[in-house]
Amino acid sequence: MPPLIALEQVHKRYLMDGVAVHALRGIDLAVERGELLAIMGPSGSGKSTLMHILGCLDLPDSGRYRLDGVDVTHMDPDALAHTRNRTIGFVFQSFNLLARTSALENVETPLIYAGVGRDERRERARAMLERMGLGDRMGHLPSQLSGGQQQRVALARALVTRPPLLLADEPTGNLDSRTSAEILALLDELNHAEGVTVVLITHEEEVAQRARRRLTLRDGRLDRPEGPP
Amino acid sequence: MIWATAFPLALRALWRNKTRAMLTALGVIIGVGSVIAMVAVGAGAQARIAQQLESMGSHSLMVRAGTITRGGVRTGAGTTTSLTVADAEAIAELPGVIAVSPTVRASVQARYGGSNWGTVVDGATPGFLEVRAWPLAEGDPFTERHVAAAAHVCVLGQTVARELFGLVSPVGEVIIIRGLACRVLGVLAAKGANAWGVDQDDSILAPLSMVQRKLLGITHIQAIEIQTSGAQAAARLEAEVKRLLRERHRLQPDQEDDFRIHNRAELAETSAESARVFTWLLGSIASVSLLVGGIGIMNIMLVSVTERTREIGIRMALGARRRDILWQFLLEALFLSAAGGLLGILLGVGSALALGHFSQFQVAIAPWSILLAFSFAGLVGVFFGLHPARKASRLRPIEALRYE
Repeated sequence: MPPLIALEQVHKRYLMDGVAVHALRGIDLAVERGELLAIMGPSGSGKSTLMHILGCLDLPDSGRYRLDGVDVTHMDPDALAHTRNRTIGFVFQSFNLLARTSALENVETPLIYAGVGRDERRERARAMLERMGLGDRMGHLPSQLSGGQQQRVALARALVTRPPLLLADEPTGNLDSRTSAEILALLDELNHAEGVTVVLITHEEEVAQRARRRLTLRDGRLDRPEGPP
Repeated sequence: MIWATAFPLALRALWRNKTRAMLTALGVIIGVGSVIAMVAVGAGAQARIAQQLESMGSHSLMVRAGTITRGGVRTGAGTTTSLTVADAEAIAELPGVIAVSPTVRASVQARYGGSNWGTVVDGATPGFLEVRAWPLAEGDPFTERHVAAAAHVCVLGQTVARELFGLVSPVGEVIIIRGLACRVLGVLAAKGANAWGVDQDDSILAPLSMVQRKLLGITHIQAIEIQTSGAQAAARLEAEVKRLLRERHRLQPDQEDDFRIHNRAELAETSAESARVFTWLLGSIASVSLLVGGIGIMNIMLVSVTERTREIGIRMALGARRRDILWQFLLEALFLSAAGGLLGILLGVGSALALGHFSQFQVAIAPWSILLAFSFAGLVGVFFGLHPARKASRLRPIEALRYE
């Protein structure tokens, strides 16, 4: 079986205020199924760019990216949308829940785009929210939920399509330490119990400690300072 | 599947911004409403003109006695004596002629009891009422037998009946016209003023022969009204009648006509045409407001796309394809215009009815205007909704997600 993620010599440049930035300078990365991986790095190291490419939100300029055995390097926008929907669950630092939309409807949204019928959609969204301990908050709007609860809704939304990959971009960046620990424990448990591959992108050392494998991104290049190979 | 998902999403998005949605739809409501109301006013005017033309005897030709020149003196219209009942009968034989009505007119003083009234007596044949499409309000018309006998009978116009009899029914009574006792057989229906402001009800109708012999002492006639099958037939008959009359009156090629022909069908066409133009003019002015309503939709949709950039980015990250986003926003615009269109129909029909009820305007709600305004509203929705929707669907996910 091929690795879930396989990057070969991925480069990405973009213009920022008219200045060309070489954000990724030849990334090689393989992530096996079931891994819990942390990618660390200071701001400006290219973390966000790498996260966008891993998440199929952006395409590399050169190199190759195979996700779940499929080459996504030259996919059109609709095929990328389909891949995101089926293969990847996103958790963002700022939660990115749909405003003025209930927790239940938020969790249902990816199932809408997956073409799941109304009743099954509702059923699966409910079950996932209950699993996240939010059985009594389904009708609440994001503005009526605490940060930790919002991030749990986001987690439920990321996992409701049962994707093999969970991409978490600074998932605890906006949370206090106690809630952070809860969310991290949840990620850990999902990885263990369900075999979901988790890629954590963070700049916090204590978050990265959770991962069995850690990589550091510096100036657009990955190196492996610690952890088993 | 796209519809099934985009439909509830669009509805929900509109529901979250009820006030804004209402205000946006208001432009379309007023646009559709005013198209329907304005066209109703125009169509009402059209119907009214058609009625007036009908009552004047549209599709008709009028032959009048003309002028003669004697020793360099031209005597003026209506002075020739060459037009006869036989001319009228010859014209009646021409193809395309439905009815002819030879007429003469005398100014008289009419008396009944202590009342008297100055008016005119039109001498005519029974065909006159047919040519003018003029029904009776009560009693009976005179017949061919009355005409043959030059009987002393008459039919009164509404004005004459009112002036001489007040509220009493004149049928069966005897009035005195220039010293002649005439029995009143009936009263004509009210017709009102004609297009030139002449009160058509201020006249008495009597057998042609009676007016010719007893009131005027002449044997010729003054005019022939010809009813034709339509505007085209009228135009063709105008030339034929001219040729026929010149031949019958033995006019030499160098002599001018001793009659004049007026083509009312032409006038009728012109009036009907200007009424149509009037309707379209009102309709198009109103559709400008519909267009403005559409621009309002585009404006709000563009604002909405900008405001919801983040939402679009999130949806794209969760797997929304470009066409999912496109349809979501396009359906919002379509909903706004369709809802606006429906409410606009209510507004338009309502205000047209109110206008007809409380003002002098005659209104006629045209079903085609409702259909046209509603489909135009739909088109406006697609046209002005497409640009913002495309803009939304073309956003790049990472830029949309980063948008604050």
